[in-house]
Amino acid sequence: MIQTEDLRFAYPSSLEVLRGIDLTINDGEFVAIMGENGAGKTTLVKTFNGLLMPTAGRVRVDGVDTRESSVAKLSKDVGLVFQNPDHQLFSETVREELAFSLRNFGYGEETIERRVTTILETLDLARYTESSPFVLSGGERKRVALAAVLVWNPKHIILDEPTIGQDYQQKDRLRNFIVQLNSQGKTVIIITHDVEFVAECRPRIVLLSKGLVLGDGPSDDLLSDEQLLKKASLTRPQIGELMHKLRDFGLPDTAINAYSAEHAILQVLGRKR
Amino acid sequence: MDVSPGEFVVFTGPSGCGKTTICRCLNGLIPNFYSGDFFGELVVDDLNVKEHTTAEMAAHVGLVFQNPENQLFSLSIERDVAFGPENMGLSREETRKRVDWALEVTGITALKDKPPYELSGGQQQRAAIAAVLAMQPKVIVLDEPTSFLDPRSALEILEVISNLNRQLGITIILVEHRLDIVSKHANRVIVMDDGRIVLDGDPRDVYGEQARLIGIGLPRVTTLFNLLRKEGLEFSQTPITVDEAARELRKMLSP
Repeated sequence: MIQTEDLRFAYPSSLEVLRGIDLTINDGEFVAIMGENGAGKTTLVKTFNGLLMPTAGRVRVDGVDTRESSVAKLSKDVGLVFQNPDHQLFSETVREELAFSLRNFGYGEETIERRVTTILETLDLARYTESSPFVLSGGERKRVALAAVLVWNPKHIILDEPTIGQDYQQKDRLRNFIVQLNSQGKTVIIITHDVEFVAECRPRIVLLSKGLVLGDGPSDDLLSDEQLLKKASLTRPQIGELMHKLRDFGLPDTAINAYSAEHAILQVLGRKR
Repeated sequence: MDVSPGEFVVFTGPSGCGKTTICRCLNGLIPNFYSGDFFGELVVDDLNVKEHTTAEMAAHVGLVFQNPENQLFSLSIERDVAFGPENMGLSREETRKRVDWALEVTGITALKDKPPYELSGGQQQRAAIAAVLAMQPKVIVLDEPTSFLDPRSALEILEVISNLNRQLGITIILVEHRLDIVSKHANRVIVMDDGRIVLDGDPRDVYGEQARLIGIGLPRVTTLFNLLRKEGLEFSQTPITVDEAARELRKMLSP
């Protein structure tokens, strides 16, 4: 469980970026943190693995105050995949990139080999095992960065903008993968601007704006709340927009993806017939 | 491939299909800057990229990248936007005129004295577009220019780009995965797969079964209509924008 209490954070000589955040994320939850550029989303998750310490208030991970722990200890439980893979990757081969952390955590070579192979296959990266991460495309590098964190099997996984630069099929795969991780009991937290991706996964949304929690609830409710979306510089997903335009026909604007919309339309037509 | 002046072309396709590589060819970064094997001919605005330097091409073809941070480097937005015209050897007066114009068209005149790092992502991307626009190119190539932006800023940037096309007649080549947000602006969609063009035409004709099989993410409204068709509903056309979809459904739902 990740808990924050009146969490505040300011970078040296700047205004507060986080201005008092109270949030509880339970084990096994799937949460999307959304909000405008500069809302404090990345800063917030950096307090979860101890990269940043609160300037006031506290963050507790599985009951332990992050101030009483260390990044080394916290990162074993809280895996953070950065937005820009180039801030994370450094090895000469993809295999080495993944093996690095496992060696640091003291795993044996046999276990390392097995885990690396499995995770590379799952993320459709096996053919790049011996490649340099830096010759891969942006989307592929992002998946290597994700693999490099998943490989040590953290309990809570945070993905900062995982869909940027990913094509449609990869997003599909990523969605299935998140669902799978989630069903294994892992907490998955994503930071994203991608309203379409969120509309298809329908996680709990935490909406940040200017360092405060502006909204917190199910995707269907938050992504159909015009006022809230406007404040957070978000838009309705395309299907939600369509349903909103057709609300006079009894279609709910909380139907935010093609499948829920199909269901709603067939229902309305059925009633008519 | 032939693109006529004034077209708004969207390039799409799976990761690694060659979209970004084509962008880099269009202003001569390939073959002049990146090494590799280059075969065939590419002529942009009557200039063969093999015979002209990237610096020469830049006045004809502007390139805007995914991350505006990679493109802005000065201490003020105005300096960034002036960089191109100054390097083309234009007079102070002409440079001044073009900078003011580019800032105005992109809607960031009020921000001209600010350093790029104080701007939001959307404002930075406007500045990057202004910097390219100040060179008054005939063609602007944009490689996923909205993917770092929040959704509202993304839509605003697409409006800016669309205006350049409609009002100034600038040819737009836009690389994008998210067809939901670009389809209403494009008059042509080119789908690439494995280094080749596999589909090319009006978005309505391109967004079919073949595109889906290649793994192109069709606009969600198009997907919805495909689902409804499978349930036996009939429509006269396949919509690619929310407005078109609303029109079709209204017809069906009206008493």
